[in-house]
Amino acid sequence: MAESNVKVLGTWASPFVMRVKIALHLKSVRYEDVEEDLLAPKSELLLKSNPVYKKIPVFFHAHNPICESLIILQYIDEVWTTSASTILPSDPYERSQSRFWAAYVDDKFFPALRRLVIGATEEDKKAALAEVVEGTVVLEGAFGELSKGKAFFGGDNIGFVDIALGSLLGWIEVIGKQCETKLVSEAKTPRLVQWADCFSAHEAVKDVLPDVDKLADFGLKLRAKILKALAPTN
Amino acid sequence: MAKSDAEVKVLGTWASPFVMRVRIALNIKSVAYEFLQERLWEGKSELLLKSNPVHRKVPVLIHGDDTICESLIIVQYIDEVWPSAPILPSDPHERATARFWAAYLDDKWFPSLRAIGMAEGEDVRKAAIGQVEEGLMLLEEAFGKCSQGQAFFGKDQIGYLDITFGCFLGWLRVTEKMSGIKLLNEINTPALLKWANRFCNDAAVKDLMPETEKLAEFAKMLRGRVRATPTS
Repeated sequence: MAESNVKVLGTWASPFVMRVKIALHLKSVRYEDVEEDLLAPKSELLLKSNPVYKKIPVFFHAHNPICESLIILQYIDEVWTTSASTILPSDPYERSQSRFWAAYVDDKFFPALRRLVIGATEEDKKAALAEVVEGTVVLEGAFGELSKGKAFFGGDNIGFVDIALGSLLGWIEVIGKQCETKLVSEAKTPRLVQWADCFSAHEAVKDVLPDVDKLADFGLKLRAKILKALAPTN
Repeated sequence: MAKSDAEVKVLGTWASPFVMRVRIALNIKSVAYEFLQERLWEGKSELLLKSNPVHRKVPVLIHGDDTICESLIIVQYIDEVWPSAPILPSDPHERATARFWAAYLDDKWFPSLRAIGMAEGEDVRKAAIGQVEEGLMLLEEAFGKCSQGQAFFGKDQIGYLDITFGCFLGWLRVTEKMSGIKLLNEINTPALLKWANRFCNDAAVKDLMPETEKLAEFAKMLRGRVRATPTS
């Protein structure tokens, strides 16, 4: 039974929603899963609980909505402190490094990935692809620094950066197939390739990993919807 | 030697609101630091490129052997290393709210403020002004909820959200001056108008807030350089 008043408003396909669920699994917190259909008009609940951005995930705890996945992750880490699993490290410098790289994933890496999908011209897509590949190389370096020889960015266990980047792996695979390239490649990023396997097999992750074919199909429908919204109107 | 006793340096510029955040946080904690002024218009220094290779931006905090980048990440680091005079609230829900509005300011509001100054064409300018004003109304409402009748977003002391938003006041005033529009006003944002004055007069802030005139001159110089730069 879900812990009283813990709810996640989201969708199976969203990496940002996946982050929240992984965090809750790590903390062994049960929750109610409320599915938002991204292909349909936005629900009343979404519009009411996230009026500023109107986006998922929205996390509800004791009736209070919290928005923005990385903010939700920190909230979960700060509320459920008795769990053996911590999401952010305890050392302030290491925390700042984790925050820095998670922000890099959201502010630099993910936008490039998005541009690869919705790029208008071949040139745009080529530029976006170069940025994405460069991003993976930068993240390979970050992995070396943060993991200190262990399996995850968080060390022995998955942490903030693992969750931030790992949640994108499904989409990275789908988009890579569309571009006929391995975006996270053995040649350029061997450590990330290994890390991706470890992450995907983790207890807290494997049940929320989306099926790649199902994601690809969904992706096509979502892309059509986004492009339609971006198209200039007369 | 405790980590908190190690030497502290801030790499930045006087005009940057992001750099100001870091300096205010250190002032709140009464931590002495060396300020290393970057002259960004003369090209980025070796130290900047070496200490922030990913973004090549100020501010950078150098604390002993460690470097920390990104202003809000630095402020949280400072809050965690020097726990007296807390900057973030202690309640997790209030912390999440402060972080939410700080991210909103950086990701949505400030870019729309900058868009006013860079707008080419009246329609674009009007749209940008509309966005900023809409944002300010949201922030007025947020202020009511966060302050709970007290002086600041952080209640009786300046906190995370005060610092995040307050550091944009210099550029807000420059934009008001150059556009002739009072973005913060008695009608739409009476509480924020009063808060802005209190923030600027706070002991941790007042020596760091740049004069509007000086900032406006600097903005003109920057715009001149941007326009002069040939684009491919």
